[in-house]
Amino acid sequence: MNRFAALIDALVFMPSRNGKIRLLGEYFSEVPDPERGLALAAMTGSLDFREAKPAAIRDLVMTRVDPELFGWSYDFVGDLAETAALIWPARPGTNRPPPGLSEVAETLAVAKRAEVPRILAEWLDALDASGRFALLKLITGGLRVGVSARLAKTALAEWGASKGTAVDVGEIEELWHGLEPPYAGLFAWLEGRGPRPEVSGTQGFRPLMLANPLEEPDIAALDPAAYRAEWKWDGIRVQVAGSTKGPGRLYSRTGDDVGGAFPDIVDRLTFDAVLDGELLVVKDGDIRPFNDLQQRLNRKQPTARMLMDFPGHVRLYDILMDGEEDLRPLPFDERRRRLEAWFERVRPQRMDLSPMVPFASWDELEAIRAGTRENAIEGLMLKRADSPYTAGRPKGPWFKWKRGPLTVDCVMMYAQRGHGKRSSYYSDYTFGCWAGDPADGGQLVPVGKAYSGFTDEELGRLDRWVRNNTTNRFGPVREVSAGLVLEIAFDSVHRSTRHKSGLAMRFPRVHRIRWDKPPAEADRVETLAAMVVE
Amino acid sequence: MASPSVPLPESWVHPCPPEQGGGLWVAPGNFHIDPVRAVERAVITHGHADHARPGHARVLATPDTLAIMESRYGEGSGASKQALPYGRPLTIGDVRVTLVPAGHVLGSAQIVLEHAGSRVVVSGDYKRRPDPTCAPFEPVPCDVFVTEATFGLPVFRHPPDTGEVAKLLHSLSLFPERAHLVGVYALGKCQRLIRLIRDAGHHAPIYIHGALQPLCELYERLGVPLGELRPALAASKEEMRGHIVLAPPSAGADRWSRRLPDPVVGYASGWMLVRQRARQRGVELPLVISDHADWDELVQTLEDVAAPEVWVTHGREEALVHHATGRGIRARALALVGFEDEDT
Repeated sequence: MNRFAALIDALVFMPSRNGKIRLLGEYFSEVPDPERGLALAAMTGSLDFREAKPAAIRDLVMTRVDPELFGWSYDFVGDLAETAALIWPARPGTNRPPPGLSEVAETLAVAKRAEVPRILAEWLDALDASGRFALLKLITGGLRVGVSARLAKTALAEWGASKGTAVDVGEIEELWHGLEPPYAGLFAWLEGRGPRPEVSGTQGFRPLMLANPLEEPDIAALDPAAYRAEWKWDGIRVQVAGSTKGPGRLYSRTGDDVGGAFPDIVDRLTFDAVLDGELLVVKDGDIRPFNDLQQRLNRKQPTARMLMDFPGHVRLYDILMDGEEDLRPLPFDERRRRLEAWFERVRPQRMDLSPMVPFASWDELEAIRAGTRENAIEGLMLKRADSPYTAGRPKGPWFKWKRGPLTVDCVMMYAQRGHGKRSSYYSDYTFGCWAGDPADGGQLVPVGKAYSGFTDEELGRLDRWVRNNTTNRFGPVREVSAGLVLEIAFDSVHRSTRHKSGLAMRFPRVHRIRWDKPPAEADRVETLAAMVVE
Repeated sequence: MASPSVPLPESWVHPCPPEQGGGLWVAPGNFHIDPVRAVERAVITHGHADHARPGHARVLATPDTLAIMESRYGEGSGASKQALPYGRPLTIGDVRVTLVPAGHVLGSAQIVLEHAGSRVVVSGDYKRRPDPTCAPFEPVPCDVFVTEATFGLPVFRHPPDTGEVAKLLHSLSLFPERAHLVGVYALGKCQRLIRLIRDAGHHAPIYIHGALQPLCELYERLGVPLGELRPALAASKEEMRGHIVLAPPSAGADRWSRRLPDPVVGYASGWMLVRQRARQRGVELPLVISDHADWDELVQTLEDVAAPEVWVTHGREEALVHHATGRGIRARALALVGFEDEDT
């Protein structure tokens, strides 16, 4: 655990992506199975203890620490796990070795809830401050070290290459969901000691193909005949992996398995195919507002009532695998033909095809885009007719062309208490966009402030989020970790010398709360700056 | 508490308002300790700029502290200087003054004041753990112990410095194409870190910012060998790859650091224990190395000096006062002493 803690410490402070990859590779080389695999699982969120609530940690610390001293310390440090880790007075004479991740995982898996404090105290006594911090973060589910699943997989691929196994990160992503912690087979393969792990069926996640936003000036340079258009639906992009041999899977675009919240979809994936589509709530043939989908996303396990009120649905865009046949190298037009044929043949429930939008010229398409009033439509997707399905966000083949009002995905930076009825809620949010690549040390720059656009229920959840993710306090203002994306709608944006970003938005409001979106994927300041009408 | 014949220490040692010189005023000796303005007679605990200021008419300090002040201020270091080695009592007016090692930086001293049957020890800044660049702290039993509390919260437990230096050397081997820029205070931290690096077996040249040079040279003259140091200003970018570069803490965010090859930015300070502090400063490699006592050292020191009364000068006073009070020690934050009289 102390070695793991040292890695966590180093990762937390390392801004550069390449630096993180190197730290991870070094760790994989030094640490044996199963410890390294469990560490990998812990960092990528595949190892979820959640065995202790923050209040339980606090109570445990209070058994050994003067409450006044704890209070001042907590005020100074600002993070409960960190305060507890630093202040914990180890009992002299403790001579048990510090626990490894495997011991922690195995013990907590069978421990009774009432035993946890005693076990925890023993571990805390045996660990140093960094080890205690890592342990407490791990078991309260707050291990945020700036390592996305994608980055961890990239580190694995590079580490494998250094060990003589030439492997592409996409290959690891495909295997990933067929593998279980502690990934001994994967490590053996990457180290050249074993065969490539076999993953059965089509349940493995296939990395998604993503689109770039279309800037208005770009469009003139594109040949309309080379592109196809379809609607961009206002839901959540998903990958559907059906199987006749086992349970089907529903993946978010980052490869998280979100199927648990959508049994009404997952239980019907009794076919052998992998599809790309938009997750929506569709009732009586109508797409329901995004807010309804949000209700479903918020629940790990939906109630029967929710299943009835907010039925899940997938609107299909693309097909990646038909049985064992990999269709991704085929051009878009060919895949579309195969998708339609597959749909005709299988007639899957809770699904339909996203229709194509025919057009002859960009002017015509722009008129179609401006003319649509349907709320469920976010805009248009443009896809090159000859584009294969390529993982990642290649420049050129796919574009998203959103319609007004202007929106931009920002990251919450500060929250302030409101007034009157809202005086106990953190209801006013300052948000920022990235200046520079967040994967390479880019920082958030504040671009505006909003205090409307959400329901009372959402406010309650936002308030809790702010309190749980506070990193600093300045009087009534809390600084929060860069962990929540707010989609901000606004009427226009202007140059301003009064703001650090040089930009000022008109009537910004929270359009949607993107609980699902990784903060690193929020927009850059340049994206916002490009919306200024000079 | 005290018998009528022994005047209370607070009647003859008390904080002085800044406009009258500041620091502590020792009335029967007619001198200030660590005054913030130029005064007639000053006794200085150590050479850090907030304690040793220029322009006093007469200055008393350890020989090493005087050398540090001369190096920093030249002519301004004091019109008349008197060096007092550790452990040699000197009577000034009605006060017997003895300087005792404080273990903070080279030359740092606690000031032991004896007058009218009481002993007051003004610790200045101090630490308890070994430091290869200065004499170790010696606890002196006393009636009043005047202590700092920079790290006066129980979250502050500084790890062993060898582990922190190992972290630096490990990063150097992991990123051999990058310079490792570590922010350090020019006096004390800089030389201690260099010494620790040398003691860990790393003897490659260390590149230093110009602002660190005079005190490094002085330490060497005073008998603290630092190995091969090179001015960073004269070095090429290529040359500094995989090497340690030391600079004042502000230089990391400064244009000065552009001369370095893709530096890993480190900072050697007790504050680096708190992750958020490190992140706010954009530090990639926090090194928890402090020249101040941590919580355990503060608590241990109160026990060692066994003073029935403790005054806390600066830092997180409330926690240390709370702790001491719980131990039956009369304790107060010094800023309040003297003001209390006005209220009654």
